Amino acid sequence: MGKVERLEEVSLKSSLSHFTCRNNQLALLGLQQDGFEDQIAEARQHYGAHRIGILIGTSTAGILETEHAYQQKDPVTGRLPATFIPRGQYTQDAFSVAHFVRKYLELTGPAMVISTACSSSAKVFATASRYIEAGLCEAVVVGGVDSLCLTTLYGFSALQLTSPGPCRPCDADRDGLTIGEAAAFVFLEKSSTKRDRPTTALLGYGESCDAYHMSHPHPTGQGALLSMQASLKSSALSPSDIDYIHMHGTATVANDQTEDRAIATMFQGHTPCSSTKGWTGHTLGAAGAVAVVLGDLCLQYGLLPGCLNTNTVDPTFSSQILIENREQPVRSIMSNFFGFGGNNCTLILGKR
Amino acid sequence: MKIFVHGVGVLGPGIENWESCRRLFKEQLPYDDSVIPDPMPSILPANERRRSSDAVRLSLQVAQEAVQHSQLNPKTMATVFASSGGEVGILHKICQSLDSSMPIVSPTLFHQSVHNAAAGYWSIASGSQRPSTSLACYDSSFGGGLLEAATLLSANQEECVLFVTYDIPAPFPLYETRPLIAPFAVAFVLSKQTLPNSVAMLDITLLPAPTGHMPTTMADPSFEPLRSGNPAARSLPLLQTMATNLASCVYVDFLDNLQLRIDYQPCPPYPD
Repeated sequence: MGKVERLEEVSLKSSLSHFTCRNNQLALLGLQQDGFEDQIAEARQHYGAHRIGILIGTSTAGILETEHAYQQKDPVTGRLPATFIPRGQYTQDAFSVAHFVRKYLELTGPAMVISTACSSSAKVFATASRYIEAGLCEAVVVGGVDSLCLTTLYGFSALQLTSPGPCRPCDADRDGLTIGEAAAFVFLEKSSTKRDRPTTALLGYGESCDAYHMSHPHPTGQGALLSMQASLKSSALSPSDIDYIHMHGTATVANDQTEDRAIATMFQGHTPCSSTKGWTGHTLGAAGAVAVVLGDLCLQYGLLPGCLNTNTVDPTFSSQILIENREQPVRSIMSNFFGFGGNNCTLILGKR
Repeated sequence: MKIFVHGVGVLGPGIENWESCRRLFKEQLPYDDSVIPDPMPSILPANERRRSSDAVRLSLQVAQEAVQHSQLNPKTMATVFASSGGEVGILHKICQSLDSSMPIVSPTLFHQSVHNAAAGYWSIASGSQRPSTSLACYDSSFGGGLLEAATLLSANQEECVLFVTYDIPAPFPLYETRPLIAPFAVAFVLSKQTLPNSVAMLDITLLPAPTGHMPTTMADPSFEPLRSGNPAARSLPLLQTMATNLASCVYVDFLDNLQLRIDYQPCPPYPD
């Protein structure tokens, strides 16, 4: 399990203290990294607070608060603690994290939470693109925030999908995922922005459904392939234009196998690919935004990350799986995300 | 953003389907909210229907009705499922089972707990592999879903979108954190282009406040507790407009400072 240490000590400013829960504490910690808040303050001046949207992905929001509230039910009346009842809206509620980010950053544009399990914060990039294209806003604060809670820890364990040790994506002996927690934020602007030109572009996106099973991927990877094909179409690229495939690669037996099939079908083993879940754990609803931040670094520094903790690539795989890091110029990255309910999303990032 | 409506499905207290809803508004019948019809979406196999959650049955019932009404193939439809609380019944069961000296979460409850459970079951039952978004926007979930559906169409990404919005009251004690008045769900089949069976055109605009317009309320005040008591029922003023089928304008509050304006136009008979 990948836990952010001392997260409980993060305190929200007093005017927003009603939002206090592990998920929003993690969101705040994320917003405070790398000068992000200052950049948003600058953008707010430039565009106006009402022209900046807020789209956040999360799978479980602040459900941990509700889990704790149930453990503190009144033994006689069965009621939840009186201190919790009015705070449900600001903590457990699915929208709470977007609500918090909107208030904290003092933005007034349109906002929502997308919650499609592990593809949540990939899909916010697709929606943000459409918002900007439709003129609903000039720019969007896009992000993913998912924090540890008992529901996911016990739930993935009940499905026998968690590894007893650190996860080993694509390994012949891989035995499940490692749950992590993360907050990651990205500021998405029009490609024609007159402000400082960003270095990384969202070149395209694809979305699809497996229409197969709630918690098992389609065995041939056919739903994943549809999403990857749609992303190439939307970016007007062909497989040979992609330098690296950032896999969903959760290290479960089924995910990695079906993803390998989909990638091999499209790329015929010509393009290096790997999963970074060995480095970060599977941050579930935050996985999309985390992968975009990592992808941005790969593009900037010319790095293809290997699968950490992986010793021997599954011999049945046909894709070109990287175990060691490789340094080479990278122009474009395809990133995959697959969630429960058979919900798939693929993003293509590139250098501008 | 101009979009066309081809089918509607609705279910709530005293409202069995779109036809009963349309008559209620058009003929100004007295509103009796005492009976909440039981959703029975036949698109789910019988064993799945038995196991499925209240929220899944409710949302799939209206989705199925809207698709049947549209006479279009659901496999061609992207989906948008908007709900404030989503699977609150499942969440309650999970929190109950975690409140124990031997906490467990059953594998079935876990995969049923995701916010996109209804969308997932719909995709499996209908066979649609088109994109699917599940979103939450508290009291503005209807507006958030409508924006997502309209932008999917206006970006020319999708030809046809099934938009479903639904919410159910949570069981006690979770209910006290969000006391919704009753279950309510509505679904629309929407497209970018007019088709032979188009029933209406909606032109959707996001307005910054203050607009000087109050959100549109119900002509019959006995519907007001429902409109304000369930996020999905914020769609009622639009349904009322569709039932009377006269060109008009509906305002829906969006978050604390924005508004959606929906300009409604009945579709003229389609030229052959």
